[in-house]
Amino acid sequence: MAQYTDRALTEEEMERYSRQMIVPGMGKDAQLRLINSKVLIIGAGGLGCPAAQYIAGAGVGTIGIVDGDVVEISNLHRQVGHSTTRVGMMKVDSLITHLKGLNPLPSYIPHLTHLTPHNAADIISQYDLVLDCTDNPATRYLISDVCVLLEKPLVSAASVQASGQLTVLNCPPVPQGITSILGVTHPLPPCYRCCFPKPPPPSAMTTCGEAGIVGTVVGMMGIAQAGEAIKILAKGHHRADILNDPPHEPTFPPSLLIYSYDLEKGPSSATFRSVRMAGRRKTCFACGDNSPQNLTLEGIQKGTPNYDQFCSLPSAKVTLPMEDRISASTYKDILAGTQSEPEQKILQGILIDTREKEHFSFGAIPGAINVPFGKLLTAAAIAKREKQNGQEGREISKETYERLSSVLPREILDQEEDKKDKESEPPIFVVCRRGHDSQEAVEKLREMGLDRGGKRKIVDIIGGMKAWKEEIDPSFPFI
Amino acid sequence: MGDSVPAPDKPTIPITVDFSGGLEMLFSNQKRHSLTIPATDSNEKPATIAFLIDHLCKNLMTDPRSEMFVLDKHIRPGILVLINDADWELEGEEAYELQPKDNILFVSTLHGG
Repeated sequence: MAQYTDRALTEEEMERYSRQMIVPGMGKDAQLRLINSKVLIIGAGGLGCPAAQYIAGAGVGTIGIVDGDVVEISNLHRQVGHSTTRVGMMKVDSLITHLKGLNPLPSYIPHLTHLTPHNAADIISQYDLVLDCTDNPATRYLISDVCVLLEKPLVSAASVQASGQLTVLNCPPVPQGITSILGVTHPLPPCYRCCFPKPPPPSAMTTCGEAGIVGTVVGMMGIAQAGEAIKILAKGHHRADILNDPPHEPTFPPSLLIYSYDLEKGPSSATFRSVRMAGRRKTCFACGDNSPQNLTLEGIQKGTPNYDQFCSLPSAKVTLPMEDRISASTYKDILAGTQSEPEQKILQGILIDTREKEHFSFGAIPGAINVPFGKLLTAAAIAKREKQNGQEGREISKETYERLSSVLPREILDQEEDKKDKESEPPIFVVCRRGHDSQEAVEKLREMGLDRGGKRKIVDIIGGMKAWKEEIDPSFPFI
Repeated sequence: MGDSVPAPDKPTIPITVDFSGGLEMLFSNQKRHSLTIPATDSNEKPATIAFLIDHLCKNLMTDPRSEMFVLDKHIRPGILVLINDADWELEGEEAYELQPKDNILFVSTLHGG
């Protein structure tokens, strides 16, 4: 760990940092602490870009950046550390290029990988403080757990659509398993799991790629994150020995900052709201009384806990066998009645498009019915509940039908009377944005009994509307 | 929605309920609701947060996806409940008895970035 060393500032440092150094509360010591600090920014996206700019500008001496993605043009409205000319470049390299232009003095350390249970401790141990700028709950729990074990303060922010949240965790750090300190009456600093013990169900999770994000909202949160990090480092809070020198009041009273911005409302309607959170939980899995039995660095590296399973990441989602899937071009032939093997002819049926209505509003395959994925999962949940309440069998009961029809279009639920006894019914096709949700949707529709015990085919279109654009209609307005 | 106004002879409590982080979608896309709720539940016990959650599901929620808000009759994981801007854990969670002019904020935790 880099120790604080007293020295004179160089002429360049004097000039470069002069405006922030003369702010009340800063001064030479604070600036030297920043220069001697090592900060890790995990995620070089909408939070990481603005955060990194201010961390670098303020003169933090060592800045590590972790990300395994490349720059895409859809990132640029919010990820302001990249540029149009660097589309396709690794985000970490692109951001460091930008930061070097802003301030060449810090050392920049690229980590060209996603953070994983395998590499997390290795990477995080090289730094004094961590900024969680990631975009998924599994990585958020992983980062927090490793920060607890390595005793690193964590500044965590998140943002989706037009909302943002920010919280300072683990600061000053207290060793794992200690939930009370003699002479300290205020709550000890919480970890991420103390605040959010359980992740939301996957159906309630929204990502920026699917739900969208306002650039200024995520930017605001990233900058606020940098502000908290600079405060902690400049004042040396990350090194405070709370065990042997307990403060009378919490340095960072546990709190959560909530920012809401409303596109539908007039000017000045955006609000910041700071709420009081509880401190370290005695029962916390990661830092509570019995936590050393649950959580160790060795365990994490070997796969315990299983973060993907804990959060049921999309990567762990349903994968349909190939016979339950068709390509975009096959679907086009079905629509046009030009199937190559007429004896295996698939009937035209119903096409369900599970994208959000905003995506759907830019265009869809003719005849497609929009049932956003969330709604479909809701319907599945209703059907499942009804089934548990004693409605056995694959066929839908009348009561379930009524409940489902408040969520699903009747075209999907109805079966035409004259077709009831026929061998096969018109199939249901499911298409989504890129071919992931559609596979799960197929499975859910079957669970709901809509395959009529196998008489009705339910298949998905491989690669979703993205494939439709690539294979069939290059002019399709895919978003 | 007709039963959201309690019978006139029953005592009521005025409170404000806020939704944030996307939960407002379930409640007619409106972030703030000024409500008058019964001061006691059906067993004449003082109205608690648990009672309020049930009341909101029955009377205020417009979206059928109730499992985005409650699971097994409890608030679903990933939603923070704040009583007058403090985590409900500091106030007794579901057992907290509502007081006139209380502000209850339901906010879903975000993960994007």
